[in-house]
Amino acid sequence: MVSLFILEPTPDALHVKCHGKWEHDTVSSTLNHNFKTPLKNIVFDLTSIDTIDTAGAMALLHVKNLLESQGKVFEFQGASKSTQGLLDLCIEHSSTHSKPHKEPKRFSDGLVNIGKMVEEYWLTFMAFISFVGGAVSALGRSAVNPKSIRFRATLYHMEHNGMYALPIIGITTLLVGVVIAYQGAVQLEKFGANIFIVEMVGIAATRELAPLIVAIVIAGRSASAFTAQIGVMKITEEVDAMRTMGFGSWEFLVLPRMLALIVSMPLLVLFGDGVAVLGGMIVAQAELGVSMSEFLARFQETVALKHTLIGLIKAPFFGAIIALIGCYRGFQINSSTESVGHYTTISVVNAIFWVIAFNALFSVLLTELGW
Amino acid sequence: MVAVDVKDIVTAFGSHVVHDGVSFQINQGEIFGILGGSGSGKTVLMREMLMLNTPKEGQIHVLDYPVHKLDDKSKQDLRMCWGVLFQFGALFSSLNVLENVMLPLLEYTNLPKPFIADIARMKLRMVGLEESVVFKAPSELSGGMKKRVGLARALALDPKILFLDEPTSGLDPASSRAFDSLIVSLRDLLGITVVMVTHDKDTIANVLDRFVIIGNKRVKACGDYATLMQEEPDLMQKFMES
Repeated sequence: MVSLFILEPTPDALHVKCHGKWEHDTVSSTLNHNFKTPLKNIVFDLTSIDTIDTAGAMALLHVKNLLESQGKVFEFQGASKSTQGLLDLCIEHSSTHSKPHKEPKRFSDGLVNIGKMVEEYWLTFMAFISFVGGAVSALGRSAVNPKSIRFRATLYHMEHNGMYALPIIGITTLLVGVVIAYQGAVQLEKFGANIFIVEMVGIAATRELAPLIVAIVIAGRSASAFTAQIGVMKITEEVDAMRTMGFGSWEFLVLPRMLALIVSMPLLVLFGDGVAVLGGMIVAQAELGVSMSEFLARFQETVALKHTLIGLIKAPFFGAIIALIGCYRGFQINSSTESVGHYTTISVVNAIFWVIAFNALFSVLLTELGW
Repeated sequence: MVAVDVKDIVTAFGSHVVHDGVSFQINQGEIFGILGGSGSGKTVLMREMLMLNTPKEGQIHVLDYPVHKLDDKSKQDLRMCWGVLFQFGALFSSLNVLENVMLPLLEYTNLPKPFIADIARMKLRMVGLEESVVFKAPSELSGGMKKRVGLARALALDPKILFLDEPTSGLDPASSRAFDSLIVSLRDLLGITVVMVTHDKDTIANVLDRFVIIGNKRVKACGDYATLMQEEPDLMQKFMES
């Protein structure tokens, strides 16, 4: 704490001799000092001040106002021209504002907030349904007029979201196959029912796990990518430029991405099926002594084709959901950098949630139908 | 002949009213400015002409097309008649400079690709860019170069009307003056109507034929520089200083 002043009480007034550096890094001690004195007059002598900045000037004024409110008579003395100029500037631009009256927090505030959140979710959901409607209608127009499909753009997205995702899909589905086979093996061994590992892995992987894992990985990868791409294009006004040149956002931005995922997902799921079963086979051989040829032979017999087909039928729907959510959130991005991070995150979370929700729906529906 | 007719425009975003009865006309072949303080809604007004925003009330006619009630095909027809330069160029980031300028021609004409490349190169030279930038990606360009490429792209289809959003903002004084003379020569050569949102004092004083000043949700003044300096000296002084 640097002392910036010397107190000199005289019979008629308290002289405060200010000296040294009155700047933002030294002035806090002054603000904390309690200038208590029985004398009515107070004089701040500024002649010995070395340097002063805005914080210093405001500190002086703060003390002045404080003491004047206590009924003291305050005076500045010996201010240099620049110091006086700074003081005048601060006085000119100071504002007297009353502290905002803080409403006491009430229990109903929490309920109001919940209500507002629910309303917002509802409105966003409705806006999304509207977006889906627009996409389907654009899809319809493209079906009637195939020339309007941006083929190269669609292929580009298939390459980046399908082909380039193969390594990560391969690794994740392999690991998932290994894990379920491993846990299953432990239980089956107890009953000596080792050979049932084939059905377990075959049905679980092709019907449920591979499609779900592939969808989740692609949701993480592509939903965020689409949101970020479209969002940044909005920020740089590329989307506006496209619209003024007659390049509609549906045909040029949304449809290529949607079609790319709808076509790529079944292919990725098929690949994932194969790799997951391979993972299961490896564990079956290592842990249960079920050889690969035994596994495959039994697989052909017991694992019906319908399971794989069901997994493949779910895939394009997942693809459509991921693309639509990714694009929708992208268009929501406005010009702040914060909104890019915000909506990219929301986009992935939404996509993963809805993929899992639809998967559950399919599961129940198809099982109830007896498939 | 009237190129753009703005009548009784009311614009509101929710409860926030931006325009409350804005009307003016832009004549063919003139370089027209839309001026106003920050937040006065000048860019929104231009966006409404471009069908990027919809006003709450009022009508806008661009080249005799009633923008507020067009069907999709007419909208596309109108879009073929104009060129737009956005404030930061708004170049398509996935394409290089030449591809950006070629795009409108590739999409909307049946001309052979090499010929289109020639036209694109010609437009790029016209706006003062050299061969060396032709294959660069937009991210490799300076702000001034981006604007020039954007202008070349806006001119690709030989539009009848050119919309410019703050064309000289972010440019150094020399480049700004060069851009101004480019616009004037384009208008003189090709007879394009130019509509620009601008703050630039030199542009206002030397290049614009007429302009409108938007303030307080309405038109504060509309006319040419000389007349307005005489008739509304207070407004002009306040405006040109700010």
